[in-house]
Amino acid sequence: MTGNSQIAASAPSANPFMPEQMRIVRRSDLTSDVRFFQVRPVDMERALSLDYKPGQFMMVSLAGVGESPFSISSTPSRPGMLEFCIRKVGRLTGELFKYKENSIIGVRGPYGNGFPLEKMIGHDILIVVGGLGVAPLRSLLLYILDNRDKFGKFYVLLGARTPAEMLFRKEFFEIKERDDLECLLTVDNDPTSQWPFNKGVVTDLFPKIKELDPDNTFATICGPPVMYKFVVAEFLKLGIPKHQILMTLERRMHCGIGKCGHCAIGSIYTCLDGPVFSYWDVLHMKDLI
Amino acid sequence: MKALKLKKEDLYAYLESLKSYGELWGPVKRGERYAYARLVNVREVALQALRTILPPKKFFVPPRFNMFRYSEDRYTEAFEDVKPRVLFGLHPCDIHGLMILDELFLERFPDPYYKKRREATAIIGLSCIPDDKCMARSTNTHAVEGGFDLAFNELGEEYLVWVGSSLGDDLVRLNLDLFNEEIDAQDLQKYLEWRRKRDSRYKLNFDLTGMPDIMELSWDSDLWQELADKCLACGACSMVCPTCNCYNIRDVSDLSLESGVRERHWDSCMNKEYALVAGGHNFREARAERLKLYYTHKLKAFITEYGKPSCVGCGRCIDTCPVNINVAEVIRALKGQEVKV
Repeated sequence: MTGNSQIAASAPSANPFMPEQMRIVRRSDLTSDVRFFQVRPVDMERALSLDYKPGQFMMVSLAGVGESPFSISSTPSRPGMLEFCIRKVGRLTGELFKYKENSIIGVRGPYGNGFPLEKMIGHDILIVVGGLGVAPLRSLLLYILDNRDKFGKFYVLLGARTPAEMLFRKEFFEIKERDDLECLLTVDNDPTSQWPFNKGVVTDLFPKIKELDPDNTFATICGPPVMYKFVVAEFLKLGIPKHQILMTLERRMHCGIGKCGHCAIGSIYTCLDGPVFSYWDVLHMKDLI
Repeated sequence: MKALKLKKEDLYAYLESLKSYGELWGPVKRGERYAYARLVNVREVALQALRTILPPKKFFVPPRFNMFRYSEDRYTEAFEDVKPRVLFGLHPCDIHGLMILDELFLERFPDPYYKKRREATAIIGLSCIPDDKCMARSTNTHAVEGGFDLAFNELGEEYLVWVGSSLGDDLVRLNLDLFNEEIDAQDLQKYLEWRRKRDSRYKLNFDLTGMPDIMELSWDSDLWQELADKCLACGACSMVCPTCNCYNIRDVSDLSLESGVRERHWDSCMNKEYALVAGGHNFREARAERLKLYYTHKLKAFITEYGKPSCVGCGRCIDTCPVNINVAEVIRALKGQEVKV
């Protein structure tokens, strides 16, 4: 047996399906069913050299359970740690929630196109997030904050069902205090009656967007399916060009590299050509949403 | 490309000499049908076989195989020992099917499992005269100019043998005395005649130009629902298709629950769970949607991506589907011709 067939300690294996061993460094509950995982390659050099783009995803493997794709929630501008925001919703996530700190999981990637940062740099940015949609968009949000001078005006609109269900609530309260972006929060319902910010759906926040140059803006949305129609309508109302409206899509995936076929949509594979698509893609490629 | 001749009467002797390179596989009769099998006795080879039940993809992507062994949280590659082998008797459509799989599995992110099996296998093609289910002329896959190591073309009492690779040249040299290098004008005449004969036998002839546009315009057609009302969603069309490559992975624990294997097995977009994600959302719950995906992938998506359909016209879906949904019927229906649905 060659060194190659053992799991590689410091570099990804030549076998693209080989999971890399990573350690769960920290986990904490964001809500009753959503957990935040900080994960690091066992080898520290590898951890520091692991590069990715906001909007990309990784395949997480649990031996004996299987493999599923997850958006990366951390930013490459803070190297050394991968972060995931995961809802307990199926078989693999059910098992993953049993894994404690210091457990080893298998991870491979990053995969997918990610956000077109090279095009977005220099533009105004409008991020709209609902619920678990924060999982991929937090990566972009933190990336922009870490490279703030490279982008123009920056708006973040975040919606959740209730204050308790708002993911990364504390982080967003802190971001909201910053004066280099406009971060607006809303909840559909407030059973506690102590929510200090907007109550209502996320589209209610759009009138508060001031001085956005639509042609110079990239808008992104991720959230529950019901959100897309209404939020995209607001983007279009603002005059943002269709190819500058970006969304990230979910599909079943067993490989992440265009082999297993499950994420095929027309002539593209969500895992290779996505998961980030523009609204123009959605319009001309049927079946996307 | 180099061409030689081999007398038909010397075929068995040549097949026998191929065994010094590796295991010899070819089509054999199985009941009323044909299947690729190990040719322990070279006289078992079914030279008349047109389409085998399963296409040669089973040699490169077996229906089920292990990708990894795992023990606790550690994965080890599980490569099966693939001995050198010669696959004899692939018709041009199947060679084209293999070339499509090559593009999928060897180009971007090469698949080491496929690569290993592919590299261990010599491909020897064999010409054929089509039957009423063949439509390779429509898909332009009725002849091969590459994708093989040797290709045998019937030429009266002889075979014209094309040498397609350096390995092919090695294979000829295993028994060089059987081959004749003199090709004359008569051979050319015979070859042209044979080609005319082959081309005249196609009963299924379709003009597939503009298929992506036709598919696009048929997106909301009732056809898909009509086909879905009949389709059993059995997935047999995917199993027998030379270019269907979808797969699932599954971890199978041994009894200790501490170790096991990650296996990979064929899947079909006809299966209801094909696009089901955790949480219960199914992106392709309707059978009509899944049928449309199948045919979009064969007749539209692949053309957009590679400039050719991913149907190679082998006729296996025509032969196999229990309710007669197949690529020929779908093309007819899409092109506005009357079909029995």
